[in-house]
Amino acid sequence: MLELDAITAGYERGSPVVRDAHLTVAPGEAVGLLGPSGCGKSTLARVAALLHRPDAGTVTLDGRPVTGWRHRAPREQRTAIGVVFQQPRLSADPRLSLRDLIAEPLRATGRRGEAAATVSELSRTVGLGEDLLGRRPHEVSDGQLQRACLARALVLRPRWLVCDEMTAMLDASTTAALVAVVEEYRRERGAGLLTVGHDRVLLERWCDRTVRWEDVTTA
Amino acid sequence: MAELTRELAAEPAVWRSHGRTRRSTRTLRVRTSAVIVTAVVLAVLVVPPLAHLDQQAVDLSMKLRPPSPAHPFGTDDVGRDLLLRCVYGLRVSLLVGLVAALVATFIGTAVGAAAAAFGGWTDRVVMRIVDTFSSIPHLLLGIFIVAMFRPGVWPVIVSVALTHWLSTARIVRSEVLSLRSRPYIDAAVSGGASRWRVAVRHLLPGVLPQAGLAAVLMVPHAMWHESALSFLGLGLPTHQASLGNLVQSARSSLLAGDWWPTLFPGLLLIIPTLAIAGLAGSWRERINPRRRSELML
Repeated sequence: MLELDAITAGYERGSPVVRDAHLTVAPGEAVGLLGPSGCGKSTLARVAALLHRPDAGTVTLDGRPVTGWRHRAPREQRTAIGVVFQQPRLSADPRLSLRDLIAEPLRATGRRGEAAATVSELSRTVGLGEDLLGRRPHEVSDGQLQRACLARALVLRPRWLVCDEMTAMLDASTTAALVAVVEEYRRERGAGLLTVGHDRVLLERWCDRTVRWEDVTTA
Repeated sequence: MAELTRELAAEPAVWRSHGRTRRSTRTLRVRTSAVIVTAVVLAVLVVPPLAHLDQQAVDLSMKLRPPSPAHPFGTDDVGRDLLLRCVYGLRVSLLVGLVAALVATFIGTAVGAAAAAFGGWTDRVVMRIVDTFSSIPHLLLGIFIVAMFRPGVWPVIVSVALTHWLSTARIVRSEVLSLRSRPYIDAAVSGGASRWRVAVRHLLPGVLPQAGLAAVLMVPHAMWHESALSFLGLGLPTHQASLGNLVQSARSSLLAGDWWPTLFPGLLLIIPTLAIAGLAGSWRERINPRRRSELML
């Protein structure tokens, strides 16, 4: 279970962006969170991905309460959640080639040895050609870069996926392709998914359950 | 109507770029700077070991001779060859400038990065210290530091380095702060990277171009400070040729109408430093094309 309970979070003291939010994702379940832009859903997604410490409330991950965020969270908790962000340009280190970008989590967790094989397998899965892997972020399109970012999120085989407006910058065919990759991964691994967006049609077709922002924050 | 179309057709509808001439002067500046810097570095490295002449050789029969084929820069008031003295002086000044700039950049980068990394109270206290020291004129603080030691190369380096790390610390701190809030750092954290790995793999490579640029921009500044300190008689020992010392010792002969002992060291102080600044300016234009390049010294 990934449980967010009574979460209040924000960036300035006294003016929280998210007030008293409740959200639960069961293992293997896909939950879509719908909301207009600027409402705070990305912040809630960051809290769920252990990247932003909430001012109040509790997060429970696989039955264990989360006590620290970012670097204060134990590594196995952090890496249990794969995150894909909205803007691939900003979420890729401009100095790393796509190959290094995808392999980075493996190297950071001391699994350097399996990097080569895993990266080439995963890049096939997300639809990146071998020739693109040597390029750096500025030499590929947004869609190609987002494919690499998705591969990076999947490389550690997380039990949970958080997709923050993953497809907002992409065209319809790339969106379909990336959603298919996520769904294939979830079928294979039984991973839970929290996806955040404002495209109701997409989320309702993609997810088992769609919740509206108003229902999350007043529940 | 027909007239209007004819008029419009007659006017060539082509946008012309007016950037061409400007670009060529920019290239010219970079090339000239590169040639001057290369020539200076070569002269400083090659001449002293190759020339079997003693820069300290006193020949009172040759004192204060104007420039001639035998002594292209003339001789000074005790008959030493000024060209040789100038090359040695430039060598010392360049060395002091380089080492001081490197040390200052190192301190500035470390302090700025630490302030940004720890944040909170550390950041506030460190940056207020930086502000405090920035409010004291560099030269005054430099004189204060130099005065605590015996004259020599190292006190000058220490004095210049300790007065010049402040701006680098500020630049590096703001750069780290802006890099740290990018989503790719979030992605690295989520991918299990340790603090150390985030710093070394993602933050440091982002800051290095800025820090390197700050270092190069600081070299001319450091050379000028060294010369200023020597000129005031607080820097290097007077027998040691440095550009500041040469200008200082030429002061008396200038009053007697002998212009060459002042002019040549002065030019050697100004031209190479401007050349280094020119190169650094073009580098900065590459890193940050939106900012107009001017000589920021």
